[in-house]
Amino acid sequence: MADTVADVHQHESAGHDDHHHEQNFFVKYLWSTDHKIIAMQYMFTGMFMGLIGGYMAYVFRMQLAFPGISVPGFGQVSPGEYNALITNHGSIMIFWLAMPVLIAAFGNFLIPLMIGADDMVFPRINRLSFQIFFVSVLVLLASLFVQGGGFGGAWTSYPPLSAESTYNLTDLGSSLWLLAVALEFVAFLLGGINFITTLMNSRAPGMKAYDIPIVCWMIVIASILFMLSVGPLIAGAVMLLFDQVLNTGFYDPTRGGDPILWQHLFWFFGHPEVYVVLLPAIGITVDVIATFARKKIFGYKLVLYTAVATGVLSFFVWAHHQFVAGIDPRMANVFTITTLLISVPIAELLFVMIATLYGGSIRLTTPMLWALAFIAEFLIGGVTGIFLGASGADIYFHDTYFVLAHFHYTFFPIAIIGTFCGFTYWFPKMFGRMMNETLGKIHFWGTIIPFNFIFIPLFVLGMGGQHRRIYNFQHFPELAGPEMYQLREIATISLLIMLAFQAVFFYNMIHSWLKGEKAGKNPWKSNTLEWTTESPPPHGNWPPDQMPVVYRGPYEYAHPDREEDYWPQDEPA
Amino acid sequence: MAHAKPLATLRSATGIPTGRLAVWWVLASEVVIFGGLLGSYLMHRIGHPEWAAAAAHTQTWIGAVNTFVLLTSSFTAVLAHQAAERGNGKEAAKLLGLTILGALTFLVIKSFEWANEISHGYTITANTFWSFYYTAAGLHALHVIAGGIIMGFVAFDAYRGRELHRVELIGIYWHFVDVVWIFLFPLLYIAK
Repeated sequence: MADTVADVHQHESAGHDDHHHEQNFFVKYLWSTDHKIIAMQYMFTGMFMGLIGGYMAYVFRMQLAFPGISVPGFGQVSPGEYNALITNHGSIMIFWLAMPVLIAAFGNFLIPLMIGADDMVFPRINRLSFQIFFVSVLVLLASLFVQGGGFGGAWTSYPPLSAESTYNLTDLGSSLWLLAVALEFVAFLLGGINFITTLMNSRAPGMKAYDIPIVCWMIVIASILFMLSVGPLIAGAVMLLFDQVLNTGFYDPTRGGDPILWQHLFWFFGHPEVYVVLLPAIGITVDVIATFARKKIFGYKLVLYTAVATGVLSFFVWAHHQFVAGIDPRMANVFTITTLLISVPIAELLFVMIATLYGGSIRLTTPMLWALAFIAEFLIGGVTGIFLGASGADIYFHDTYFVLAHFHYTFFPIAIIGTFCGFTYWFPKMFGRMMNETLGKIHFWGTIIPFNFIFIPLFVLGMGGQHRRIYNFQHFPELAGPEMYQLREIATISLLIMLAFQAVFFYNMIHSWLKGEKAGKNPWKSNTLEWTTESPPPHGNWPPDQMPVVYRGPYEYAHPDREEDYWPQDEPA
Repeated sequence: MAHAKPLATLRSATGIPTGRLAVWWVLASEVVIFGGLLGSYLMHRIGHPEWAAAAAHTQTWIGAVNTFVLLTSSFTAVLAHQAAERGNGKEAAKLLGLTILGALTFLVIKSFEWANEISHGYTITANTFWSFYYTAAGLHALHVIAGGIIMGFVAFDAYRGRELHRVELIGIYWHFVDVVWIFLFPLLYIAK
């Protein structure tokens, strides 16, 4: 073993000399195969798309609370524009914010660093993955400006609305939207294969399966879930594209097709997709909680097996999205049971986090606040899901704002809280400087409080019978009462406040990046391998002759036999 | 420009070479793509017994010839792998060339078959059976084309004695393309 390692290192040092000659900006930042640069490309593209998605939310929330208003920065919203805005808001937040940031950015940045490797196993495929993703961004943005406007058939894109341009009136927009989603899938399949093989094969000597930090496991399990669930949707998307472009009849019942087929194919992917983005967020939270509770996580293997169980179960719940689509009621019963079952492993994961906190010496840093907020807010999202998973109750809640508030209480903790949690925690490693804690906490409270004021009123409105995808509630007398408008205005004004507080984050990020306090190698006194190298890590992550070797698991905090309350994974016993 | 492989690529904690591991994951993702398509087709086919009339117009003997061509090309891919194991790059390249020839034969037969069917009015919009027929076989044909092109690159390298392990990897992929056809042939041609 020692021989092969030394041999490999010689290859390595020979290889690294190639990289040290002068690289121009284009080669270094746009054509780089370095996993850290690709991670940052994903991170900032994702954040940029998140801002666009937030802007869209702002425009249509203004229209909903103050119908007919000329929205500052947009103008008056037409019904077609409204549909395009809600469709692309949903698509962007899931496919172009949650996926690239939580899986691609954190996966690229963390996996090689945390397992003690110098890069991904296929660096050039990694680069290709980002380039395809970037093209998908351009195609999606272009789809908003073509003749007829952007696609307005909702992110679920149900036929016949999405298949027939005589219905959706966005001939080009809907095809471009579908193309953008397809390209995004290709990018993540390539990236996912990279993550999975890297974790399986490239671990540092001594790192056994149970020595891998939870967040790496979670990103890889999520990649496997994505890979196994997206296939049928790719097939379905090809059929939808043919229906749009070649005029086939896969989803047209008058020609022997079936529109429900799309719903099955879409949700067979769509529901596991929730867990695809949830698991990395949980992984980030678990790692942050262990570090700042200064405690070993409660049940490492439990978390791992639970995540796998969640993944397996997630393939058997998809039809709960179709309880009112005319499926067999006996099938609805089966899917009610599986759906309620999946809350067991998820509850288990939250209990593990709470049990880890118990008796720990908790440090309320900004990342820890985000992690605690994740538990609190995701809990609300999960509990409200029980009502929707039960087919009897769902008949009444289906397609109301209750559903909308429910999934925002799951996706907001995942995509926004999870991202901020990970970003503030690993910022010192990414950029070598500490973020400002005061500004971080201002941003935290300025995000969390308005978030609840946005979506709790929407729960109430949903129970009051307010349906989704309605352009102007004034057209429906029973939904146009002053008490309903007050709730809508509370939600919209809270959104404005929340969006305004994001400026604090971007100011903090840029200011800390340029002028923050130097972080050093391990500012949080954490155990995992990424904290054993320089901040930011150099190309190759460690000097070729000092690649880390692992001696223990990642969560050995507050070990009774040790003076220090942490025990890095690479420190010989 | 020579690309130095990172240390990560050279490690093998599982004992399986990284390239082979990745190819198997690629196949896992492909299986579900074809699985979704064929599953949808099967559900529709069971619900529409009248599609048998449309399926009767497919030419089973052409499908059978193509099955034979593909299976033979898989055989030469195996021989190429054996040659590569022995370190005989030139022999491996020659056998991969034969495999590419098999792929081309398959595509030529397929294009004549499709041209004939289209000229008889059985286009992709004729009815949903034909939509599935062209979509499934077309997706498969795309894989044949992609496999053939990649095989060309692998053979080019193998002829110069470089990257011989890739002969096995493209072989694994090629067998998968073959297996997909083994599912398509009875479902689209034989079932009447």
